[in-house]
Amino acid sequence: METLFFLIITLVAIVSAILVITCKNPINSALSLIMTFFCLATYYVMLDAPFMAAVQVMVYAGAIMVLIVFTIMLLNIRVDSSKKHSHKLVLGSIIGFFTLLNTIFVLVKSRAALPTGPYSGEMLRSIGHTELVGREMFTNFLLPFEITSILLLVAIIGAVILAKKKI
Amino acid sequence: MGIEILGLPLMYYIAMVAKVLVAFVFVLLTVAYATYAERKIIGHMQVRLGPMRTGWHGLLQPIADGVKLFFKEEIIPAQASTFAFLVAPLIALIPAFITFAVIPFGGIIEVAGYKIPLQIAAYYDTASGQVFDVNVGVLYILAMSSLGVYGIVLAGWASNSKYSLMGGLRASAQMISYELAAGLSIIAVFMLSGTLSLNKIVELQSGWGGFEWFIVKQPLAAFMFFVCSLAEINRTPFDLPEAETELVSGFCTEYSSMKYAMFFMAEYANMVTVCALTVTLFLGGWNGPLTAAMPILGPVYFIAKVYFLMFVCMWIRATLPRYRYDQLMHLGWKVFIPLALVNIVVTGIIGYFI
Repeated sequence: METLFFLIITLVAIVSAILVITCKNPINSALSLIMTFFCLATYYVMLDAPFMAAVQVMVYAGAIMVLIVFTIMLLNIRVDSSKKHSHKLVLGSIIGFFTLLNTIFVLVKSRAALPTGPYSGEMLRSIGHTELVGREMFTNFLLPFEITSILLLVAIIGAVILAKKKI
Repeated sequence: MGIEILGLPLMYYIAMVAKVLVAFVFVLLTVAYATYAERKIIGHMQVRLGPMRTGWHGLLQPIADGVKLFFKEEIIPAQASTFAFLVAPLIALIPAFITFAVIPFGGIIEVAGYKIPLQIAAYYDTASGQVFDVNVGVLYILAMSSLGVYGIVLAGWASNSKYSLMGGLRASAQMISYELAAGLSIIAVFMLSGTLSLNKIVELQSGWGGFEWFIVKQPLAAFMFFVCSLAEINRTPFDLPEAETELVSGFCTEYSSMKYAMFFMAEYANMVTVCALTVTLFLGGWNGPLTAAMPILGPVYFIAKVYFLMFVCMWIRATLPRYRYDQLMHLGWKVFIPLALVNIVVTGIIGYFI
């Protein structure tokens, strides 16, 4: 059942990821990207990480994509009519080919194994993923957390200064 | 109970389908009759009668409206982006309905020896005797409501008309701003409850005849959440995206027929969801007197509370004039967000000392 569900979601994810780069209209591309993010969120649910799934939908599919859609709308980018250059196509397919080779190599060589360590699926279900993330973030990973928040603060102040020349 | 499909008893599937159908039909009927109730209530508040012609006191009005909208001509503007134009009403409607999956509307009822919790995304574990539900229920609702904005934004953009675009832009800016304030205001509730599961939040509010409701401990959060939710679903006094005096009809100017009706259904379904969520978080959910003896009373109390809040929404619409756009942004960013942050800090300090 779970495998079947995984296959369906993966199919949707791959199709929408392909649509992101093939759609002529940028808004349709953005919609496909939202769909892809949504599929990624379902993977998190299947991995017993519902908190990550909710955050994925809220932050990526919700907030960030709204900004992208907003930008496309405001700049009024219409259907892409630029010519396709052949040398880009050649370079892209070479990179794609080697990435594919690499992926196949990794898939063949490595063995899929469940993660070892204290955080098993049973433990996540009994404690709750949200609580676990919170506890780890404010104990073991406090310093990275604080540094990230300072980084975000800097970004916010920078955005305000750039947007408003006179304060 | 002998039959099992994929490790779960057959009764599980029957109960699940029944719950989904009941909740869906309930929301649809409420949406249909909320339009009627709104016209009637506002009519009487303004010393008018409201709809009177179709059926007794206009009771068949929603059905007549539905039939009319269904048979209207479908118009797609020549310059519109067809795909986005067609898909936008669906994107607006679906999140409004699927949020109901996690809202508990009753306690546990027993049918033919099988215990069913009255919440769609939940099951009763016979081994431990506990109800398990989505343990990030509130986050799920916030995530879905953040998806609902796409419907309106896309509708505004795809129509390729200036009024629609302005409506869409207003809607997205407003929804993003108020989503933040709404999210921050309910953090104070989670600090008290210690969980994100809606089922447990309702459980915590049982007993003491209403004094355990979170609105008693968090009146400011309750008020802010309700107001921010009104802004998020574009209800008056925050209905700027479809301000008819300035923008004709905002993002749905170019829509006709069933697609126009879908936007209205989405608006009212969102109203039901927001009221249900406010009831669950602050007004004790389905709790009430005698629910332990008669579990069937749970849904009755729940529906009564939701309808009361919906009446409040309509009352507000009849009373308050529309906000101006800069006032709206000022209220969201400079009043509600700082207040919500202060509320979190105060809750934290009080929680630390007692």
